[in-house]
Amino acid sequence: MKRNRKEGLFKGELVADAIKQSFVKLNPKYQFRSPVMFTVEIGTFVMMFVCAWILAGEKSQGSFTYNFLIFLILLATLLFANFAEALAEARGKAQAASLRKTREDTPAKKVELVGNMYLNEVHVVSSSELVKGDVFICETGDIVPTDGEIIEGIATIDESAITGESAPVVRESGGDKSSVTGGTKVLSDKIKVKVTTSPGESFLDKMIALVEGASRQKTPNEIALTILLAGFTLVFIIVCITLQPFASYAKTPIPISAYISLFVCLIPTTIGGLLSAIGISGMDRALRANVIAKSGKAVETAGDLDVLLLDKTGTITIGNRKATNFYPAKGVDKDRLIKCAVLSSMADETPEGKSIIELGGINPQSLQVDNPTFIKFTAETRSSGIDFGNTQIRKGAFDAMKNKVEKADNLFPAGTIEDVKKISSNGGTPLVVLENNVVLGVIELQDIIKTGIFERFERLRKMGVKTVMVTGDNPLTAKYIAEKAGVDDYIAEAKPEDKMAYIRKEQATGKLVAMMGDGTNDAPALAQADVGVAMNSGTAAAKEAGNMVDLDNDPTKLIEIVEIGKQLLMTRGTLTTFSIANDVAKYFAIVPALFITSIPVLQKINIMNLHSPSSAILSAIIFNAIIIPMLIPLALKGVAYKPIGASALLRRNLLVYGLGGILVPFIGIKLIDMVVAIWM
Amino acid sequence: MNSQILGVVVMFVATLLLAVPLGRYIAKVYGGQRVWTDGIFNPIERLFFKASRIDPGIEMGWKQSLVALLTINLIWFLWAVFCLLNQSWLPMNPDHNPNMTPDLAINTAISFLVNCNLQQYSGETGVSYFSQVFGLMFLQFASAGTGMAAAAVVFNALKDRTTDKLGNFYNYFLRSCTRILLPICILIAAIHLFEGTPMTFKGIDTVTSVQGDTMHVSRGPVAAFVAIKHLGTNGGGFFGANSAHPFENPTYLSNIVQMVAQILIPFAMVFAFGFYCNKKRLAWVFWGVMTLGFLILVVPAIITEVHGNPYIAHMGISQPGGNMEGKEVRFGAVASAFWSIATTVISTGSVNAMHDSFMPVSGMNMLLGMMINSFYGGVGVGFLNFFIYVILAVFIGGLMVGRTPEFEGKKIEAREMKIAMIIALFHPFLILSFTALACYFTAHDTNMGWWFADAAGKHNAGGWLNNPSYHGFSEMLYQYTSSSANNGSGFEGLADNNPFWNISTGIVLLFSRFLPIIGPVAIAGLMAGKKFIPASGGTLKTDTGTFGLLVFAVKVIIAALAFFPALALGPIAEWMKTP
Repeated sequence: MKRNRKEGLFKGELVADAIKQSFVKLNPKYQFRSPVMFTVEIGTFVMMFVCAWILAGEKSQGSFTYNFLIFLILLATLLFANFAEALAEARGKAQAASLRKTREDTPAKKVELVGNMYLNEVHVVSSSELVKGDVFICETGDIVPTDGEIIEGIATIDESAITGESAPVVRESGGDKSSVTGGTKVLSDKIKVKVTTSPGESFLDKMIALVEGASRQKTPNEIALTILLAGFTLVFIIVCITLQPFASYAKTPIPISAYISLFVCLIPTTIGGLLSAIGISGMDRALRANVIAKSGKAVETAGDLDVLLLDKTGTITIGNRKATNFYPAKGVDKDRLIKCAVLSSMADETPEGKSIIELGGINPQSLQVDNPTFIKFTAETRSSGIDFGNTQIRKGAFDAMKNKVEKADNLFPAGTIEDVKKISSNGGTPLVVLENNVVLGVIELQDIIKTGIFERFERLRKMGVKTVMVTGDNPLTAKYIAEKAGVDDYIAEAKPEDKMAYIRKEQATGKLVAMMGDGTNDAPALAQADVGVAMNSGTAAAKEAGNMVDLDNDPTKLIEIVEIGKQLLMTRGTLTTFSIANDVAKYFAIVPALFITSIPVLQKINIMNLHSPSSAILSAIIFNAIIIPMLIPLALKGVAYKPIGASALLRRNLLVYGLGGILVPFIGIKLIDMVVAIWM
Repeated sequence: MNSQILGVVVMFVATLLLAVPLGRYIAKVYGGQRVWTDGIFNPIERLFFKASRIDPGIEMGWKQSLVALLTINLIWFLWAVFCLLNQSWLPMNPDHNPNMTPDLAINTAISFLVNCNLQQYSGETGVSYFSQVFGLMFLQFASAGTGMAAAAVVFNALKDRTTDKLGNFYNYFLRSCTRILLPICILIAAIHLFEGTPMTFKGIDTVTSVQGDTMHVSRGPVAAFVAIKHLGTNGGGFFGANSAHPFENPTYLSNIVQMVAQILIPFAMVFAFGFYCNKKRLAWVFWGVMTLGFLILVVPAIITEVHGNPYIAHMGISQPGGNMEGKEVRFGAVASAFWSIATTVISTGSVNAMHDSFMPVSGMNMLLGMMINSFYGGVGVGFLNFFIYVILAVFIGGLMVGRTPEFEGKKIEAREMKIAMIIALFHPFLILSFTALACYFTAHDTNMGWWFADAAGKHNAGGWLNNPSYHGFSEMLYQYTSSSANNGSGFEGLADNNPFWNISTGIVLLFSRFLPIIGPVAIAGLMAGKKFIPASGGTLKTDTGTFGLLVFAVKVIIAALAFFPALALGPIAEWMKTP
């Protein structure tokens, strides 16, 4: 999937399909969706009749060739606009199809239900026959036939078909990682899975519908923009219709082709033609980032986000804490502390335990220990360790260890208490090591902040987005990490309800909040958030509650999602500005052309010094047509978003697309006119 | 010439210096804060509210405010029509002026009701003092107060909070009249009295001139009338010659006072918005955009008028005073040019020179001022018109910074866009379609029947034009532009007192007054009800020069360019033809 990101815009087969679609989309019923292009289509029809009229002997409308040329250029304008939309659709569909391919008919081992009992008998059926609520079994080597939730068992699964990540993941029933996705492969063990979606209703199916033009719903902002464009179109309808009596007062006959050309040039065809392509490619960009958005609105909203709620673990820090230092107690040899720390971690499979051994630099196998008994960590003792011979070594939380020491009537050394405090206030976690209830010292565990995360938060801050870290750590540790990572706020000792409360609080002040989550207990907050991104590995409830699903299970994805949303809106805004700014030059091309024959003094406003009235009109509508395909790459890729602050961004875009929009057509029309003049 | 230019600069700066403190005062009046005029007006207002049984403490929503606005306007309209149709037997008619014809009475009543003051009659012979004072002058107060009260509702709606309670419309209206318009009018009228403007209820005076001829000199309560005429950006003259008349505008000083008076409140309303909503920087950006537009129009006008008429120059006649055709010697070319642009960008429409006789560039700029209609604009309504363009600019600008558009913390969505587009559309629609209609009749020299008869009794449409060709086109375009902008000035030269022009301009006047009030109030009301979103680093900042430039560009491209083909056939063609 990730390979596709670098693919060219104009892939052969996509283009061929898009060209075919451009003609199919000429159907007026379809064009009606875009008021701007619909009026162009009416204009094209009128020109067709004018051509026929001239063939029938009409003399007042100019030559047939000229009128037919105008008809062809208008037709090309329509086709170009259709092509833009069709290409965006084709790209989106191709993207979705490659995801869908993974879940084409696969055999499913369905378990029959009798009353409330599942029989152990298995029927092999086609995956397409599975409906919501069915239960199937997957064993080693099976492809998961459809999306579902594990109700029994644990398995390692290869999700590379969906995420592109080759490392297998563990999925098991009951927890927050109980979800399996169709198309992934079970590598070991056996799971019983309950189907959560009916065929045709999976997230992927929904996403495919969003990139298909016909069934695509316009987003609220798109509707508002369409109203603006329709308004402009109406203004120019009035301008062109009233021009007829004005011209007849001024005794200037204007042929129909000139009215139609003036009209088509003035209405915002550039943005009108590219609008739906922009929307589709926004969805497509989300899909390329391996995010399935459930609605176009969600992507739009992402551009508006003010607050991001990010889980500390996995987003800000790499998953696990690491041992970074040993602090021996007074009078204890450091090597002895290290040796005991390593011994206590010998059987500790947690990443923290492994990191202690790593930091200690001693191979635990080299230490001679007779008949060791390993003590596992429990929530009551809050410690783990090893017993051998007469020796008892423990490592654990400060207060648990302190109790233990005091119970044995030993003294807890003051220097170690100092060390413990220092570690806590530096954002670390202290682990006290005891040998036979005597304090040897402290191990410092530190959260490792991901490299580059500080810069990403800086970038978000420049976008005006506030970042909030959510963590189960104590406030002291949370504050330290928050400062170090550069987040704006944090929720310490967070319970799932805290997230919800925080979201509500921010929303009450009018802010838009996004969060990412995977657990069932995250579901209410995911639903409450304006943009809730559920991890694909998360529970069905979480995925149902959010409005986006991240196939990569990557918590930093939120940042990309915000940029995709902003890019979508910016592309609309800049192309609208460009399109409207173009009118200045077009007026100066066509208005003199309309009147020059009867009012020669108006030659003075022909500031581009165009060759003749007919060449001026042709150049203007040719420019108007070819600017559409020239802007297709921009519409599909989106205007680059730079987090330089809203004011600087506005200045930059106004300069490029506003001023550029005024100047480019002056140059373009003049150049086209020089070419056209060769034949005229 | 230098002293003339200095004169207009002083006028402009003086207006600005007065407008800022006035803006602060207006903001306090609408905000219900204590002001120094409380002692005088509290008892008077209480009397009004008691008599009308209105509780000024009851807050209204935007819909209620609009219903109140339209209802009282309808009643005023009926009252004014009654006055004009019955003035011959009503009191205070020493000159025995006759009743108006129904079409003229309706046109006049509408025209004063909507703050336009298009006058297709002459004050000396057309109306009685009763009609002038209780009909027309009353409407000059009421229409100005209506515009200001509507703007006050919008100010209230743009505050940083979510609400559907936007204050009491009647309270805003009454306070606008009593605490803002009345005191300043008294001051202006007093200055005019000292300058020689009459203030009497006596009829025509008969005097014998030095040569021994008998002259009939019209007079009346002119000083009071002139004050509100300008302060309320009404522009309807007491006399037919408007502010070119020696009684209505006797001296250079009175000219300055009238000039300052008409620009004063349009300036002050922008600042009042800044003080009221605590968005002073934004107010200055708005004012800057308006001023940029004003300067772009006024500077070329002054330059061309000072240069004089090239046709006269061709005859070998020197024009030391510039183009003085149709201008008063006591004002000169510069002050007249300044006035002509000021009176058109603001919807006053009073004239102190003949607009028909200005050079084509000046004529075009007057037209553009009215076509854009919000480089300052009329009292209250200028701000409302401007607000529509701000909404359009915010929509485009908001997208360009990658957010769904919002203005002052409120989202702009499909419904607001729909209203804004309808309002932005309506102005060019009215102007172009009615001008097209008139052009059609003129081009075909249609027999208009009852609708039109020229002085010779012929019914041919071509007869209403005084000038052929481009200038004739400008006359028609100007008439509807002036109506649609609720401006009221005339290019003159057009035979406009007949059913066709009275009725068609009347329709244009009504639509173009009330829709641009209803639209912005509705948008602001809808926005007020939305959730307030505090600004963040990603929010489009509106109080910057860049945003100001965007608003300016949107206005020029939408409002001005839509008229480019029409202007090309009128003033531009005439201008290009001038040697």
